[in-house]
Amino acid sequence: MFDWFDSDVLLQQLLLGLSNGMIIALIALGYTMVYGIIELINFAHGDLFMLGSFLALTLVGAAMNCGLVDPALMGESSHWWLLGTLVVVCGIFCGGLNLCIDHFAYKPLRRASKLSQLVAAIGVSFIIVNLGLFWGGLPMEVLGGGGAAAAPKDFPHLVSDVNLLGEESFVVMTWNDVVIFVVTIPLMIGLTLFVKFTKLGMAMRATAQHATAARLMGVDVNKVIAATFAIGGFLGGAASVLYANYNSTVSFQMGFRAGMDAFTAAVLGGIGSLPGAMLGGLLIGLVRAMSDQYVGSEWTNVVVFSLLVLILIFRPTGLLGLKQREKV
Amino acid sequence: MGTTSRATYKPAGLLSRGQCLLFGALLLIPCIELLFDLGISAPTRFVLGFAIVGIGLNVVVGFTGLLHLGIAAFMAIGAYAFAILTCTIYPFQLGFWPGLFAALCIGALAGAFLGAPTLRLRGDYLAIVTLGFGEIVQDLLKNLEPITKGTQGINPLPAPWFFGLTFASDTPKSWYFLYLAILILCTILVRNLEHSRVGRQWFAVREDELAARCMAIRPDKVKLTALAVGAGLAALGGALLASLISSTGEPGNYDFQISILALCIVIVGGIGSMTGVIVGALVMVGMNSILLPILGQKLQQAGIGTTTSVYLAPDNYKYLLFGLALVLMMRFRPKGIVAAREEDH
Repeated sequence: MFDWFDSDVLLQQLLLGLSNGMIIALIALGYTMVYGIIELINFAHGDLFMLGSFLALTLVGAAMNCGLVDPALMGESSHWWLLGTLVVVCGIFCGGLNLCIDHFAYKPLRRASKLSQLVAAIGVSFIIVNLGLFWGGLPMEVLGGGGAAAAPKDFPHLVSDVNLLGEESFVVMTWNDVVIFVVTIPLMIGLTLFVKFTKLGMAMRATAQHATAARLMGVDVNKVIAATFAIGGFLGGAASVLYANYNSTVSFQMGFRAGMDAFTAAVLGGIGSLPGAMLGGLLIGLVRAMSDQYVGSEWTNVVVFSLLVLILIFRPTGLLGLKQREKV
Repeated sequence: MGTTSRATYKPAGLLSRGQCLLFGALLLIPCIELLFDLGISAPTRFVLGFAIVGIGLNVVVGFTGLLHLGIAAFMAIGAYAFAILTCTIYPFQLGFWPGLFAALCIGALAGAFLGAPTLRLRGDYLAIVTLGFGEIVQDLLKNLEPITKGTQGINPLPAPWFFGLTFASDTPKSWYFLYLAILILCTILVRNLEHSRVGRQWFAVREDELAARCMAIRPDKVKLTALAVGAGLAALGGALLASLISSTGEPGNYDFQISILALCIVIVGGIGSMTGVIVGALVMVGMNSILLPILGQKLQQAGIGTTTSVYLAPDNYKYLLFGLALVLMMRFRPKGIVAAREEDH
């Protein structure tokens, strides 16, 4: 286990770390965008992600029941169309839900103190966790995983499990790894272009810089904030499908863990910065994978949280964040 | 106090009128139970333990304005310190009262120690760092198995002793009175702190850190005292709750959910108001440990609540209720059920 010179193990962990890191990065974008605009740690984002994966699981079950896919072929043949549909549908679902959350829970508190907003976000997070628990109680036995509502559910591999590096290779890389990069990289490029070159993107950057000034320049700040929540939610929803497909399990409590990883990533990269969130996500994914292998998986959470605490204390602006002076 | 020249100095008195009424009502519960057996004084002991935690958290969140999301870590530290110092499988075996006092001190020290590096942080970052500490402490307790017995938790723990009273599982009333007495002592202590120089400095830092600094108050020191007092009381509450069930329970019991339960106590009851916090503990813990279990039993007896359906077990609505409590209070009554009076400060 402590054999540092086994390059196969190292390569495998690197691949695992990169794949999970891309997913974390996608979630981290949702945190960083919202924080950049209204300085709110959207605590519920991780749980929104969890709800997305439950929708994905339900839809896969429905597709099986309707005979659209054959349960026996799961993990053998690839169902690209199903995966693509799930990414879009869960993305839209989470985006819409995030929009509603903002409208009903955060918007009335826009003028209240930052801490009341954070408390409201924690409240929303708990409500969503409970919804996830109830969702898990719906009949999903088609998939064989978990009779009890609170039990983790099995999620089938929607694309082929065949090792792309050849049957005899120790390092396993399947289409499940590839699909993560195929989905996340275009999404990230698209987001960057959107924020840089569209009018709404420009309005978002303006609002992030100075909301009042942006409003004076004719930017509809509320619309911009709503759009930010919707886009962040969409990315979280897309990430939830990839996560469920890659890690083969979903549970109503996974949002907290994933959310904290993603938030750590956003802070590591410099909260408010889009490239920062992507970089931070990859780094956190790698740190987790390396810690799982070389420190022991029971210490991974300690490692990640220590990292979070250390960054916040010693370099709160992160790797790519701008230095901000405290305003009086 | 003959030498004091401060004209504004007014002794706070032992308890406010609201607190007297509240404690009087709490005293009545076991007395009523002598006549009618309601069976609520036993679970209400948990309310009293959590009320002490809530009073501690209120010092940090309510008085000093620091959002603390990891108070459960200090409950865990208190419970484990108490357990290690008193349990018969360890060499110390201090006994109940010295153990309790040591837990309080260790908790306060841990609060100051963990608080020291966080003092420069802005509000929301401080919240996340405290959350991180909460998770780290939990995992440390789980992983340092040779010392903490890992997920088994440490047991048995000593019951309290007090002149002439017996503390056994079938005498909840003596526990109840003792815990109520400790709660009243804590309330008096914190109330006097609140109205002292220390307390006024807490409020000054909460209202405006920069202005406080201009008044020659050192925010770092003030925040540190608040964090230490809060953590010490949380540790005391944690140790009392552990003694109640004669076990620390597994480290996973001191999770984020417990921190949020404590936060709910403060926010629902009335942020910054000691009376409010005790009311909040009655409402939140009362719901969590008395109402929901009783409701579950009743449903089970009626044959409706089967364990197979997740929707019919009242316990499964816990997260929803916590969440709704936070969101709705922030939206409609941010000052809580018992709002702190501004002129008090």
